[in-house]
Amino acid sequence: MITILTLLPILGGLLILAFSRTRASARILAVLFAVASLALSVFLWLGIEPSTPGMQFEEIHEWAPSLGIAYHVGIDGLGVLMLVLSAIVVLMSLAAAWANAKLTPVYFALVLFLEAGLFGTFTALNFVHWFIFWELSLIPAYFLIRLWGGTRRARAANQFFLYTMFGSIALLLAFLALFLATGRFDFVDLASLAQSGQLMPSLAQNLHWSANPAHIGQILFWAAFLGFAVKTPVVPFHTWLPAAYAEAPGETTMLLTGAMSKMGIYGFLRVLLPIFPQQMQQARTPLLWLAVATIVLPAFAAWVQKDLKRTFAYGSVNHLGYCVLGLVVCAQVTGSATEKSAALTGVLLQIFSHGLTAAALFWFIALLERRTAGLRGIDDFGGLRKVVPVFSGLMGIAIFASLGLPGLNGFPGEFLIFKGAFPLAAWAASISLLGLLMTAVFLLTVIQKVFSGPVNPRWQTLPDLTTTERFAIAPAIALMFILGLYPQLITGMIHGTVAQWVLSLSQGGHF
Amino acid sequence: MNQALVLYAAPPVPWIVRWLWLIPALPIVASGFTALLKQSQRRLSATLSIGSMSLSFLLALAALAQALAHPDVQTINFRWMQFGDQWIALGWLLDPLASVMLVMVTFVGLLIFIYSLGYMAHDDNFTRFFCFLSLFAGAMLGVVIANSLLLLFMCWEVVGLTSYLLIGFWFHRPAAAAAAKKAFITTRVGDLGLLLGMVWLYAQTGTLLFYSNGQGCLEYSARTALAAHLTVGGMAVSTAIGLLIFCGAVGKSGQVPLHVWLPDAMEGPTPVSALIHAATMVAAGVYLIARVYPLMSAHALAVVAWVGAITALFAACIAVAQNDIKRILAYSTVSQLGYMMLGLGVGGVAVGMFHLITHAFFKALLFLGAGSVIHGCTEEQDIRNMGGLRRFMPVTFAAYSAGMLALCGFPLFAGFWSKDAILHSAHSWGVSMGPFYLGAIGALLTAFYMTRQMFYVFFGPHRQPQATVSATETASHAIPAHEIEPVVSAGRPAEVCEPVHPHESPSVMTGPLVILAVFATFLGFVGTPAWPWFQTFLAGRAASFDFAGFSEPGLVSLMVISSLIVFAGLFLGWFLYGRRPILNATDPDALERLQPGLFHALGNRLYVDEFYGVTVIALTRGIAVFSAFLDRWIFGGIVQCIAWLVAGIGWLDFGVDQYLVNGGFDLGCREVSFGGRLFSRLQNGRVQNYLRIIAIALVVLGILLLWGSRG
Repeated sequence: MITILTLLPILGGLLILAFSRTRASARILAVLFAVASLALSVFLWLGIEPSTPGMQFEEIHEWAPSLGIAYHVGIDGLGVLMLVLSAIVVLMSLAAAWANAKLTPVYFALVLFLEAGLFGTFTALNFVHWFIFWELSLIPAYFLIRLWGGTRRARAANQFFLYTMFGSIALLLAFLALFLATGRFDFVDLASLAQSGQLMPSLAQNLHWSANPAHIGQILFWAAFLGFAVKTPVVPFHTWLPAAYAEAPGETTMLLTGAMSKMGIYGFLRVLLPIFPQQMQQARTPLLWLAVATIVLPAFAAWVQKDLKRTFAYGSVNHLGYCVLGLVVCAQVTGSATEKSAALTGVLLQIFSHGLTAAALFWFIALLERRTAGLRGIDDFGGLRKVVPVFSGLMGIAIFASLGLPGLNGFPGEFLIFKGAFPLAAWAASISLLGLLMTAVFLLTVIQKVFSGPVNPRWQTLPDLTTTERFAIAPAIALMFILGLYPQLITGMIHGTVAQWVLSLSQGGHF
Repeated sequence: MNQALVLYAAPPVPWIVRWLWLIPALPIVASGFTALLKQSQRRLSATLSIGSMSLSFLLALAALAQALAHPDVQTINFRWMQFGDQWIALGWLLDPLASVMLVMVTFVGLLIFIYSLGYMAHDDNFTRFFCFLSLFAGAMLGVVIANSLLLLFMCWEVVGLTSYLLIGFWFHRPAAAAAAKKAFITTRVGDLGLLLGMVWLYAQTGTLLFYSNGQGCLEYSARTALAAHLTVGGMAVSTAIGLLIFCGAVGKSGQVPLHVWLPDAMEGPTPVSALIHAATMVAAGVYLIARVYPLMSAHALAVVAWVGAITALFAACIAVAQNDIKRILAYSTVSQLGYMMLGLGVGGVAVGMFHLITHAFFKALLFLGAGSVIHGCTEEQDIRNMGGLRRFMPVTFAAYSAGMLALCGFPLFAGFWSKDAILHSAHSWGVSMGPFYLGAIGALLTAFYMTRQMFYVFFGPHRQPQATVSATETASHAIPAHEIEPVVSAGRPAEVCEPVHPHESPSVMTGPLVILAVFATFLGFVGTPAWPWFQTFLAGRAASFDFAGFSEPGLVSLMVISSLIVFAGLFLGWFLYGRRPILNATDPDALERLQPGLFHALGNRLYVDEFYGVTVIALTRGIAVFSAFLDRWIFGGIVQCIAWLVAGIGWLDFGVDQYLVNGGFDLGCREVSFGGRLFSRLQNGRVQNYLRIIAIALVVLGILLLWGSRG
């Protein structure tokens, strides 16, 4: 089942490359395959049994047994959440790209390849298998930016690719060391070794590490951390992001922020927390500082950006910072299980809700950019609410969702993260409140400068959303309300996974 | 804990408790429908909003009847969402406190909805106005009936959103857009404190439900648990949580130091000022403290009392020197909210809530009266340009006078009883007499600035035409009066402004004024010392009529003193502004002649906004610029340096390989293989096979980057 899901977009991409000569046919094919993928992932969502711990829909095939490499896929609450989110975001991105005349069939094929990369990453449970998809998803993203981006696209694409690659290499090295010590690449196996406390002693022994065995664990942890920290990104490893988000075409930025940025958080949850629990606990204070920096600094920086895409790019970093905070506070054996459940549930809600909101925000920016021949400076507009009321109203909803207004999707996740984080790390949660405040400041500044005030005479005749566009964005806006009012839709699907994490977090304290 | 999770309700649930959720839901649904309407469907939108509000009002009356019959707290709780194996429950409640708020909000709201029919009749965005107004009403009613601090907070934030939307309703006016943003952000500062207090309370008590069969956070067991804990600084946890929750109230209810947004909020349409920024939303902070009163420790309440008293006096001072009719009322609202807080702090729930309810009526009356004045004077808001309006607008004048006397605390009017209860409690407060003195001086100033406003607006000659002409004449000398363009505030439809004859407002506007005036005059009698029906109802007891209530020691003498204070304020106002009619709009203010420095300082709002501008806002801006700098030059710079370094090594390696080592490979893969060989020479072993691949990639990509950054 999962294999089919991963192959489906690849097949679609190949079909487009092989047969599609026009944009019209390519986009229809792409949307068909994206819809099929979404349907399949929703089918998995419905099929998963939320209260059963562990992986479901598992498939294991031997690949290179001597090297510990296997084709091993499976999903739990986290995995299926990521699949559905990726499928939704890809479909939204394709809908946004629908009317963009600049895009060629190759664009649509690359988007589908990227979707396959995402599906592979979110289902693979063997490191090598997983790493291949992790890197594979980077390549279509690179070309999407490189070929269709803005004026400074080359530099942005290279920086994006290289920086992420650099992080991935550190990650790869860490896992090679783990393999040398244990002969295993399987996430589940490694996690249970870590649980039983055998991982680090065998590391020290097999790698002939004569010094303190805790040190080798720390080194490997930080190397793996780097890989995910660059991808998420965590401040200060985020500098590739504003340029990449701003230079990528808006439709691609939707993918980058809506789905790809979640790979980092996914890695934290799937890899770091289960395999390096002790190391994370030892590094908890510096990690908390990084999380706080990721929340606070970009929120401040977003306020002084002049480019709307950069503003929202920084906003995206800030929102992922809450996820980092939520999972880092849980990295300790002590501490109330209730608060850990709250924080981790909040992280998952926040992942999904940020993916949805950020994709919608960049969708609006992409439309604006297309209508104004590439203009997207925060001071280039003014009074748009008068000219394009529907556009402004719907984007306003997305902005307030991003701000964390109760009743919309952003609030339940942020509330749960703070509910969990405050008792577990009061100082970090308190400083992070500054991020919540600054989010409001910069988002309302955007509304004030772009939508309010006298109408900029230049945009007197700006066309409002077309009927097609309204239908394209309506499901996303509806989902924002649904998830805001009834978050149980998601939390009901992940509670088993969360409960299992909390249990193992509270047990895995011994070396 | 588990008991909180179970969906339960006390066995025979009366229908009104079961269906209580309809009271907020009806306006919200109406708002949702209205949002989908076209701009031209004005009648339908108004019908939906007013219809839903009327139904809510009827239900609220039924709820009041139920609370009268059964004054104990009745709740219905339900599960909302799950985390791990726990559930977050929400719920609603009905108790006397909620029921009086329900009736007040729906009744005042309904009157203001009707009034808006007339006031907003010419506005292009009429449907949108009713959409936002209904959403506000629904969210506000949600705050009132919430049985969970979380649900209350959620509705509270939506109320903040609607306040934001309605302050910025005329969004093309930059001042309105700025004021809306300021309001949202200033209140959010307080809300973050509330959020913190909420999660702390959640962590301590394991629930955010107020009442839940003995397990709620306001009930005995949770309070006992809270009282036992101390924070790091030795403060009781309950005090810390109480103060954090109070932060939210400070923001929403415009208490010092977060009061700065409320006067600016007057950029919104006047019905909005009346409903949201006078009668209901700003009082939500007071209601919040009344709701969580069992949590508030004596220390926290002392802070509440002091903040309230300082706000009461501070805002009253500033109100003295304002010239905008709505700003005077706005500062007056801030000041009165301070009295309510003071009442909560020194006297208890009933004292604060009584003033909240009477204030809602008379302040809504004053704002609607001001709206009628503004409407009649063609959008003029400067009291210096008014005058003599009692001849043109008799109904408005009469109603406004009732509101003014109620606000001043003139004997027997509604405000007299409620303010006197506060002053009496402050007088007998055991901790300090300070708040009493602050409150008493504030009362004097209240009577003074309202008298000043009355004389400016309703007495003396009408000054508007002269003002318009003279202002223009000084600018450009000899333009005939009929050629002068009408002065129209941006955003309002250009009504004909000349010749300026103030006119009485239509009956759809004066009707609500008269009804509110009746309440402003007589409402106080439900809470007099002789018949403290309101206070005993909130306490869940029946009231009895007994003149002996006046015999409490010090009560009558204090009433005499506070009446004398009011008379003194009225006299002072008359002495300065009423004795000689104010003839010209350009004449300096009477107080300005006496104390120019003081008057200007007060007129400039004691420079609080300017102070925030050079401190908090400048600091924030500084951090933002620093953060952007850090990104660009430090974090980004280090990455760039590493990239250059790698690229440099790559080029060096390339050169070495090409010229020194005799390579025989294809051009295309040359640097790839040589880079790999270089690295493989340095290392040995199994891992190195993998490392080589990585190294090759690094070098290739380093070169790529160099090309990229040149291209």
